[in-house]
Order: sequence, then C-alpha cells, then structure tokens
Amino acid sequence: MLSYISGIITFSLIYVIAAVGLAIFTGFTGLFSLGHAAFFAIGAYTAGILTYFYDVNFWLALASGGAMSGLVGILIGYPTLKAKLRSDYFAIATLGFGEAVRVLLENLEITQGARGLPGIPAETTLPVAAGVTVIVLWVARNFVHSRYGRAAVAVREDFVAAEMMGINLFQVRLLSLVFSAICGGVAGGLFAHYVSFIQPSMFTSYLSTQLTASVVAGGMGSITGPAVATVIFIAIPEVLRVASMWRLVAYGLLLVAIMVFRPQGLLGFRELSWAGVKRWLTLGKAAGQGRG
Amino acid sequence: MLIQTLVTGLAIGGIYALMAVGYSLVFSILNFSNFAYGSIIMLGAYVGYYLLMKAGLPLAVSVAGSVMGAAFLCYLNERMAYSTLRKRNAASLYFMISAMGTAIFLENLVYATIGSRFYAFPEIITQQNITFWGASIGVLDVFAIVFSFTAIYMLHYFLQHSRVGIAIRAASYDMQVCQLNGVNITRLVGWVFLLAGALAGLSGMFLGMKYMVYPTMGWITNKAYIAAVIGGLGSLPGAVVGGLILGVLETLVSTYVSSVIRDVFSFSLLVVLLLVLPTGLFGKYLEEKV
Repeated sequence: MLSYISGIITFSLIYVIAAVGLAIFTGFTGLFSLGHAAFFAIGAYTAGILTYFYDVNFWLALASGGAMSGLVGILIGYPTLKAKLRSDYFAIATLGFGEAVRVLLENLEITQGARGLPGIPAETTLPVAAGVTVIVLWVARNFVHSRYGRAAVAVREDFVAAEMMGINLFQVRLLSLVFSAICGGVAGGLFAHYVSFIQPSMFTSYLSTQLTASVVAGGMGSITGPAVATVIFIAIPEVLRVASMWRLVAYGLLLVAIMVFRPQGLLGFRELSWAGVKRWLTLGKAAGQGRG
Repeated sequence: MLIQTLVTGLAIGGIYALMAVGYSLVFSILNFSNFAYGSIIMLGAYVGYYLLMKAGLPLAVSVAGSVMGAAFLCYLNERMAYSTLRKRNAASLYFMISAMGTAIFLENLVYATIGSRFYAFPEIITQQNITFWGASIGVLDVFAIVFSFTAIYMLHYFLQHSRVGIAIRAASYDMQVCQLNGVNITRLVGWVFLLAGALAGLSGMFLGMKYMVYPTMGWITNKAYIAAVIGGLGSLPGAVVGGLILGVLETLVSTYVSSVIRDVFSFSLLVVLLLVLPTGLFGKYLEEKV
C-alpha cells in the first residue's frame, strides 16, 4: 500500500515538472504548444538510451536528456519564433513537430522502433523525483521573478507595448521555450527510469493534452496552480481507476468549461502561499472569490 | 503511373482544399485556429456512414445527411464553446484552448461510446476504377475532385452574391465596423459555422470512403492547417491552392520516395515555408492584430 501511494506521488511529481515547464511557456508568454509530449519523449529516449546502451551515470543521463530537449527546443523555436508570427502558426508548427518526433522514434535504429526500450534501470525513486521537483520549482520561481520572467509577462499582456519598451520579443519567447523544453526533457528522463520501459506510443498527443489541461486548469501565469492541478489530474483518476478514455472526455469538457466560465483557471495570475492559504481560511470563501 | 499519381494527388488535394476553406472561413472571421474542425469532420463521416449502412439510405441522401449533420454540429460547437468567449472579446489563445478541448471531448466521446473500430464503406463505392490513357484511375478520386470543386465554387458564389456572403466578407475585414453598419454578428457567425460545417461533412464523407471511418480520423485536418498556411491564413483562394499543392506534393513523395516520411515531409514543408514565405501565397495576416 505504501509503495502504491509513493508510486502515485512519484508519478505525479514527474508530470508536475513537465507541467511547470509548460506553465512557464504557455502561461507566461501566451504561446500555445500542442506538441509538448515531444520534448518529454526526447528526454526519455536520450536518457534511456544513455543508461541502457552505454551505462552512463543516471544523473548525467538525466541532464543529457534535458540538454538534448533544450537543443531541439532551440531548433524548433528558432525558425518559428524568429519571424514574430501569429501564435496560430506556432501552435500548428508544434503540432507537426510532435507528430514528426513520434514518426522518427518509430523508425530510428537506436530507439528500436515501435518495440521500444525495455529494461531501463529503475533509478527514479520518490526522493529523487521530489528533489528534482523542488529544484525545478525553485528555478522556475526565480525565472519568473527575474528580468526575463517579468519581460515574458509583459509580452503575454501586450507584446506590441512590450516591444516598444525595448523587450526583445524573440529572445524572451525562445528563452522560455528552451526552459520549458529542458523541464520536459528532465521529466521524460525521470519517467523513463521510473517505468523502465518506453515506446513511442507513450508520447502521443494524449500526454500533450494532459499537460495543457493542467496548465489551463491550474491557471495561466501561475506556477503553483498548474502544479496543484497536475497532482489532482494524475492522482484522482489513478485512485479512482477511471478508464483513460473517459479521463480524456473529462479533460476536454473541463478545458471548454474553464474557458467559458473561469478563464483564469484555479489560481490564475496568483501563487499558492502559506500567507494566502491562511488569509483564505480566516476570511472564508468570499474573500477568495472576491479576488478571482 | 504519373497520371495516376497526379489524379490521386488532386483528389486528396481537393479534400484538403475543402477542409482548408472551412478552416480559413472561421479564421477569417474570428481570427483563431479552430482545432475542433477535425472532430466535426469525423462526426460528419460517422453520420454519413450510419445513414448509408445502418439506415440503408441511398448514397446521395447519406452525403446530404452528413453535410447537414456536420453543419448543425459545427453551429452547436460555436454556440456552446465560442460564443461566450466572443462576447467577452477574449484573446485568441482562449479560443484555441476551447477549440482543442472540444476536439478532445468529441474524439474521446466517440472512442468511449462507439469504440475504436474502423468502419469501411462498401467496396462498390471505394474500389471502382476506370482506365484512362493506360492509367487506372479511381472513380472515387474523380468524384472527390468534381464534388470538392463544385462545393468550393458554390461557396464562392454564395460569398460573392448573397447578402449574408457580402456581410461575411465585410466582417472578415473589420467585425466592429460591420456591426456598426447593422449586421447581426451573432447570426453572421452562426452562418459561418454552418457553412464551415457543411464543408466538413462533405470532406468527412470523402475521407471516410477513402481511408475508412474511425475516431481519430480528424487528425488529418492538420494537413488542412498546413494547406491554409501555404496559401496564407485566412485567405480562401489561398486555401484552395494550398490544398491542391499539398495534396499533389504529398502523393508524389509517398509514391516516389516513401510513404513513411510523407507526414514528416508535410510538417517540414510547413517549417521551411514559415521561414521563406511567412505570409503564404495570398496571405494578409502575418502578425497578430493589435
């Protein structure tokens, strides 16, 4: 029972890392990535191949997975973000990118195609996942409060005004994409060493959807919101043993419902803090709603 | 061999053009990518299949039913998922998320209720061939070409000559001024979604006949987005030309190179195009409106 619970927590934390990455990108620059599963997959395969075929140290493999993902992020982000195109173009390009990565994984020698990589050493334990999550959350928080994070918020709110203030649109967007890709890659690496078997069909649009749903439901412009939403999205269906297709039906409905009724999400533009929780508890629900 | 490939390419291109026109129509008015369009196409194909195979109606009636069903569903989609956002003047990101939510919801609802089985139309429709200059050409392909172009021409005529069509064209330039001139925007948007849905029904029917009917068949609209980007987002002639170019190029690649890299080719084409020709062939929207 204890191992079951710690398993669910580990699993949730892995997705929290990826969701925080996406939150930095979508939530703070207002661009929409539909192929984020690809970064997860690249991280998982890079790290998995390194430990499986070359016996590389786990931590080194994890870092390489993140680095590789970040590199691919630059490759895909450079042409699509350079021209300051509409966000629609970017969303469509990431959609294609996600599919292209999956097709490549299915047809490459080193990834063993659709058969996947079985028997990757199971190095990801709860303390490992928790440690990485804390580091990622800390870096994300610092990023948001840094010069670049504040610039990203300005870009999201009004990129024309932001540009007139001297913010380099391309630089800010690319930086947050790379950060988000690295988070995705690290999460993928942890995932590969947790389930110890990976195959291309694990990294479909289902995963991208789940991540996007967490970010939107958690609230754009927040880091803790998406993190909380991810835990809810992973843990509750897992505990209740809901069939995965009905989960997706619910995610879809939830996305529409949030957009129609509460576009700011659970914690839009706010962060979860102890002071906030205390205030919310003492003042009752009205105060919490008043700010929403 | 080349003629055969070209005809197949044009048939696929015609279907891409249908989808791209429907997608561009919505884009030109509401300025967002309607990612739910693929699932409307998929539902249209299911409606057509059920009318033909389960209800035993003739093919022409089933196609008409599929067109009407998809048009109605597309209209419903706007009313439930987009109209509140439209009234709130939400950013296009919110529209896109709502559209994606609709797509995920519909696709998986079909998956969970009807199942993931692939349904094929009877071979009498799908497998007939005629020989033409020594090349074997599918009757279905010829039908697809003829019907897509007829439908696109009818839409063009409607947009050019009817009162609603003129209002739609005006709104695609400036919605607010259009509203100031007394156009009922809610009704206008309803019309746009009905028209887009009708095109979705027709393309869904042809896609179903060509590649079978299954829950994730709507993913093919990714190609329609690429076609729309080739032609220039929001431009209807661009969508037609882009669809044809993409269809022919894809078929050439899958015939002469490899069918595995066909999709990778299309998406690489998209990225290269964004670099070289970001406005597309006839595009007017490069950057986001302020």
